[in-house]
Amino acid sequence: MLGYIARRVLVMIPTLFVISVLSFAIIQLPPGDYLTTVVAQLEVEGGEVDSAQLAALRERYGLGESFFVQYYAWISNIVFHLDFGHSFEWNRPVSGLLGDRLALTVALSICTILFIWLVAFPIGVYSALRQRSIGDYAFTMIGFIGLAVPNFMIALVLMWVGLRYFGQSPGGIVSPEYAGAAWNLGKLLDVLGHLWVPVVVWGTAGTAGLIRILRNNLLDELRKPYVVAARARGLPERRLTVKYPLRVALNPFFSTIGWILASLIGADAIVSRVLNLDTTGPLLLRALMAQDMYLAGSLILISAVLVVIGTLISDLLLGWLDPRVRLRYGQ
Amino acid sequence: MHAIPTQAPSVMPAGGSTRRQDDEPLLRIDGLRTHFFTNEGVVKAVDGMDLTVPRGKTICVVGESGCGKSITARSVLQLVDRPGRIVGGEVRWRPGTGPATDLARLDPAGEEIRRIRGGEIGMVFQEPMASLSPMYTVGDQLAETLRLHQGLTREQAREKGIDLLRWVGLPRPERIFDSYSFQMSGGMCQRVVIAIALSCDPALLIADEPTTALDVTTQARIIELLKNLQDQNGMAIVFITHDLGVVAEIADDVTVMYLGKVAEHGSVDEIFSNPKHPYTQSLLRSIPTMRSSSGAGRGRLTAIRGMVPHPQNRPSGCPFHTRCDSAIPGTCESTEPPLIQFGGEGHRALCHLYDQSGELRDTSPKPPVMSVATVEEPQAKRPSPRADAPILDVQGLTMHFPVKSGLLQRTRGYVRAVDAVDLKINAGETLGLVGESGCGKTTLGRCIARILTPTAGQIHYRGTDGESVDLAGLRSRDLQRYRRQIRVIFQDPHSSLNPRMTLGQIIGEPLRANRIAEGSEREDRVAEMLSRVGLRPEYIRRYPHAFSGGERQRINIARALITEPRLVIADEAVSALDVSVRAQILNLLVDLQAEFDLTYLFVSHDLSVVEHISDRVTVMYLGKVVESAATADLYRQPHHPYAETLMRAVPVPDPRLRGSRNLPDVPDDVLDPANPPPGCPFHTRCPHRRDNHCDDEVPQLRSTGPNRHTACHYAESLTLRGVS
Repeated sequence: MLGYIARRVLVMIPTLFVISVLSFAIIQLPPGDYLTTVVAQLEVEGGEVDSAQLAALRERYGLGESFFVQYYAWISNIVFHLDFGHSFEWNRPVSGLLGDRLALTVALSICTILFIWLVAFPIGVYSALRQRSIGDYAFTMIGFIGLAVPNFMIALVLMWVGLRYFGQSPGGIVSPEYAGAAWNLGKLLDVLGHLWVPVVVWGTAGTAGLIRILRNNLLDELRKPYVVAARARGLPERRLTVKYPLRVALNPFFSTIGWILASLIGADAIVSRVLNLDTTGPLLLRALMAQDMYLAGSLILISAVLVVIGTLISDLLLGWLDPRVRLRYGQ
Repeated sequence: MHAIPTQAPSVMPAGGSTRRQDDEPLLRIDGLRTHFFTNEGVVKAVDGMDLTVPRGKTICVVGESGCGKSITARSVLQLVDRPGRIVGGEVRWRPGTGPATDLARLDPAGEEIRRIRGGEIGMVFQEPMASLSPMYTVGDQLAETLRLHQGLTREQAREKGIDLLRWVGLPRPERIFDSYSFQMSGGMCQRVVIAIALSCDPALLIADEPTTALDVTTQARIIELLKNLQDQNGMAIVFITHDLGVVAEIADDVTVMYLGKVAEHGSVDEIFSNPKHPYTQSLLRSIPTMRSSSGAGRGRLTAIRGMVPHPQNRPSGCPFHTRCDSAIPGTCESTEPPLIQFGGEGHRALCHLYDQSGELRDTSPKPPVMSVATVEEPQAKRPSPRADAPILDVQGLTMHFPVKSGLLQRTRGYVRAVDAVDLKINAGETLGLVGESGCGKTTLGRCIARILTPTAGQIHYRGTDGESVDLAGLRSRDLQRYRRQIRVIFQDPHSSLNPRMTLGQIIGEPLRANRIAEGSEREDRVAEMLSRVGLRPEYIRRYPHAFSGGERQRINIARALITEPRLVIADEAVSALDVSVRAQILNLLVDLQAEFDLTYLFVSHDLSVVEHISDRVTVMYLGKVVESAATADLYRQPHHPYAETLMRAVPVPDPRLRGSRNLPDVPDDVLDPANPPPGCPFHTRCPHRRDNHCDDEVPQLRSTGPNRHTACHYAESLTLRGVS
């Protein structure tokens, strides 16, 4: 197992390197460099261009040098000082912009994954064990509706329901009265009251997909000879199902962590807009439209890194779950 | 057998020997009917089956696939999956002296049947690897049974489990206990499965094709093991198989099943020496027998016409009448056959050909053939192979696959799948290539067909113009023109045909790819080919799923022959088929060889099939050729101990010869071509190993007689036994 972990971690290093180079290449794509943008911006604002300040910036980002020198300046600042550069649109350091939003996004992602698991697991198992029952068909239909309806639509409907029947506005993540307040029980309950909407919205599509995967996997496993063999040993049906086929069918639960983590970083800008959530999605969208290169590059880098980390977590969990994965690599 | 104590370990309570013998048998199945309720209608997989299992005896159930053997076995333990259900009949189970229980009435998920499963009746399945879960150690699954039925603690179960693993002949049982199924060979897995089935000392073991997926040497040892264990604990065995050689080896009584019903039942001697039912007779006649019949040449096997109909289309009257040569018109197709008792004790058959006293009626148009070993004369005389002009001359062919491991997946060694092999195939002959799984025979075949690019060596192929080309060095573009001359028939008739293509597309594909024929010409040639391999030309628009295994193999053959090849590599081409269908396909291959002047490289693990079809045979072990000789010479007296081991392991379909083969005492270890032993690769398993010479010097393939080559240091001084 140790060898397996070490190998997975070692493989991450070159992957991360390639990702960071690609992210930086994307930053570099727009014509001109960061300084020309800054100068242009200052001129528009009618400010004075301070040549000493320009030289300092030139020095710091290695501008005018070759691609790899610039890349090194960028990545070393990130790795050693957590300095992701400067967002000229917001005129603030990128790290300051990202801090809160990233925390919220990651928290939302984790809640969403847990929601997906909690809903998909019992339904998937039920649908497989009672294949072609009315319940199976009903869940299948609900699942497909969840897949087919656009997320922002579900968000709008949920907001309307919340406002109409519960008299609360579920937009945003904290009610205005708690906005600046320190964390206490009231604020926590308030946050939870808001949190469920984006979690349900994002969770529906993922849940529907995972139910289908779990159902089909379990159906395949239930027909395997080792299930009949275990039954022929006299094992009670419920214990047999949980111990043998279900454990194998769990693989997709762990292998999907990687994508879910990453997909939430950027893809759901629309839902975040609709629900007025300060996640990274709208930020990325705006950064791309405004050619805010350091901000955009950082977000791309972070979401790619999250994919890699998510995949690592999946791999480690799979290794723990499945001896075939663990031992074949360990040889 | 190695490591099997003469007495069962003390933890095994003595079984049947102490049980009272009385009239009521251990298990009696009466009129069992198991039907499947599908969307397409009711499938009567088992329909009126009777079976009696006396205490301590071995009953073999034989028949082709689709006859309901496995469903019968599963019905006993209520293991039939939905939409199947037992709809009638009784399964009377009486392990002790009390009243019998009718298992067919029990709730499939109930407490009572669960106590019997694994506790009183053990079951062993066909795929040993697949019947163990890869997620848990084999010890976990063994201990689970012990704890469930005997209420042992974890420690007690472990201790007893290790005893059981030792009892079934596994070396280092402590280590095996903590291993996973995928770390072991098929033979070792089957021993574990047997240990699990026998862990609670059942009175009955149901073994459903337990050796079909195993190598012939492993099969012989598993059968030996079952017999030994039965001697020790006195259990009865229901042994389901389609291999009549195995039946002759192990059965006390035999029940022949056809379409969900008994066709004939009798003692093993009665069934083999005096079969009554035409179905039994045809089954017996369709096995290629290894009798080293050198003079007779290659005869035709008498196959059974057609194939087992789907149970949904069960013919009226006697279900066998559609394939029976002796059917009486007006009787067999309309009325159910009567049960006829024959002289012997319990010998009976369901057949119209006999009257109530068991005598043959004179109304039958063609009396059934009684004797077993009749071989028809070959139909077509084919030109004898020309020894002077080899069509293929393989020299030093080597195929190594890198083994990667560790953090950086560096190459740590090589699997020497094929290691410096020399081989000659003369035009017009059939060369058999045999060996256990893992010996490299399939890889060698694929190298010659250039599906793989060999690591080293030459493959000289002599074209029609007499020019010789080295195929090993050609790039794929240059190979194109040889691809139509050298063709492969693949093993698995189910996965080697694309389910989304029609027969016309599948068989016509090589014509299209090689731009040989277009449009209607292509279609005409495919239709022509279909009728040559015994399929109707109208099938050209159908998809492969509509066909049975035997028919799919005909499709495979048609695809191989459509380009008019000269050399055909048949890679286990008949291994997945039933005996009767196998006979049809072998006959077809022989006919096509004469018709198209083909040369065959016939790769198989089945020695009797190879003997039947080959002119010469090459034996491989761990990537090397160990012996090569003319078929009759090799089977009469092998020169290499490995060839002898293989031959002695083949079960002979004759119960009188039972016990006549003394099996060499060799372990089930996996052949590991990545770590071949030093010296002679076979020395670790060789019963004739002498001094240290064998351990450290690799024997070279050398001439040991006219047209014979052997790689053994002591080939001349050994007198080995072939097939008598």
